Amino acid sequence: MVEQEGFRRYVAHFILWIGITIVAFPVYIAIVASTQDNALIANGQMSLLPGGHFFEVYYQTIFVGTSGSTREPVGNMMLNSLVMALLIAVGKIAISIISAYAIVYFRFPFRMPIFWIIFITLMLPVEVRIYPTYKIVADLHMLDSYAGLALPLIASATATLLFRQFFMTVPDELLEASRIDGAGPLRFFWDTLLPLSRTNMAALFVILFILGWNQYLWPLLITTRDDMQTIQVGIRKMITTTDALTEWPVVMATAVLAMLPPVFVVVAMQKLFVRGLVETEK
Amino acid sequence: MQKQAIFQSKLLPYALVAPQLAVVLIFFYWPAAQAVIQSFLLQDAFGLSTSFVWFDNYVELFKDPAYFETIVRTFFFSFAIAVSSLSFALLLAVMADKPLRGSMLYRTLLIWPYAVAPPVVGVLWIFMLHPSLGVLARYLRAAGVDWNPLLDGNQAAALIIVAAAWKQISYNFLFFLAGLQAIPKSVFEAAAIDGARPMRRFWTVTFPLLSPTIFFLLVVNIVYAFFDTFGIIDTMTRGGPGTSTVTLVYKVYSDGLLGGNLGSSAAQSVILMVMVIVLTGIQFRFVERKVTY
Repeated sequence: MVEQEGFRRYVAHFILWIGITIVAFPVYIAIVASTQDNALIANGQMSLLPGGHFFEVYYQTIFVGTSGSTREPVGNMMLNSLVMALLIAVGKIAISIISAYAIVYFRFPFRMPIFWIIFITLMLPVEVRIYPTYKIVADLHMLDSYAGLALPLIASATATLLFRQFFMTVPDELLEASRIDGAGPLRFFWDTLLPLSRTNMAALFVILFILGWNQYLWPLLITTRDDMQTIQVGIRKMITTTDALTEWPVVMATAVLAMLPPVFVVVAMQKLFVRGLVETEK
Repeated sequence: MQKQAIFQSKLLPYALVAPQLAVVLIFFYWPAAQAVIQSFLLQDAFGLSTSFVWFDNYVELFKDPAYFETIVRTFFFSFAIAVSSLSFALLLAVMADKPLRGSMLYRTLLIWPYAVAPPVVGVLWIFMLHPSLGVLARYLRAAGVDWNPLLDGNQAAALIIVAAAWKQISYNFLFFLAGLQAIPKSVFEAAAIDGARPMRRFWTVTFPLLSPTIFFLLVVNIVYAFFDTFGIIDTMTRGGPGTSTVTLVYKVYSDGLLGGNLGSSAAQSVILMVMVIVLTGIQFRFVERKVTY
């Protein structure tokens, strides 16, 4: 920049801190509320400073759940969410990378039609075909199962496209070299292409894990048993319509726990995540 | 573009595409086709008989003022969410783009809300603005606002828009920052030498150069507001009070859940599909054009 005015920098720092405050305030409130006494919150007397019930509330949330109901402990919900998110991330990467490999490295009849069949799925999120999908999953007896939670969300092409684009940039010489070494198609895939795709896979994994962990409408529909519930569905069921019965400290502790894994992943893998995001979306 | 070096194999490529093809056909095409077929059928209340009624379900929908209201409301929500979140994110990105001490820290502190799930966003905001126990509601009342989003439809709508925009700030911030950093600094220096003040530089240089990013984000934000606000709405207002926060996706869900009218719910799904395809089409054409820049 040409002018280096100190004043403008202070303004920039100030605006950024206002932004951070706005972004962080709801979470601060949640953390504070999760350490307080429910009676105090229900009276509208919540303090803006942490209370003394931290261990008590979190112990109850993770191992017991809301009292006075048959709800599951949140620890179990987190496990369900974790399995679902991992299945979606790993499953999508696995089936996408091999189909992208076939489409880029082989010539076979119906190659382009197959590519388009996969490509078109980019357009429609699961929300718009929610009831027919529900019916099919029910017909296949996959309600209340991890397969039912994950498979319909695996059915889209984002990852395939990303791998296809990446494979296009891999130099042809690599394939010729490994062919001279006597490697067949599977060997080439395993020994050369997979190691080269590591960063792409990691970036995708971060994004897909968050996507899976944060799913809501789909698990809401297909889980009927409380022990198969994901944390996102469980948290809404904790908010009872009569305010007096809602155990707000437990709800807020659940919100904090639901945020931890994806936020941790984003912050820890910031560089990868940003790269993956810009590459998949643009 | 095609690879020159390829493998020869008759069966292997089919085996490799088979898993994805199977998942996509069973869990994407089959339900999508079902939705289209279902939208042409009329089922009686007990599901005993079905008849083919052509476009009756669609005609019914468009004759229904409530559906029209839902469309208008959804677009209003989308634009309100997109515009408020985009402008705030742009302001933050312009500030974070300056050579400041601690800019990496700022970035980290600003991007994480991307990872917060919509229902959690809903829970956080309803708690802060709950009429009887919310911390922020206290201040609103002290300021003389008769705050009760559980009864007042406009306040409920405002609550949804604020919460949904809050979550989207980080995403928009990231793309704006990437866009800003792609603009060569020499352009600004040239403008500065020509005597343009910072505000003027922003409107005459930065903003036009950033317009592709802005347009891209506008489409992404609208699609986000269409679908991802479902979790926010469901945890905060469940569509109420009345129907004041029912969006198109929420209507598909609630009409289908009550089970009364599967045909209508399917027709709504199909209309939604067409809307998304149009939006995605716009985005693709635009992204393609951008590549040739």
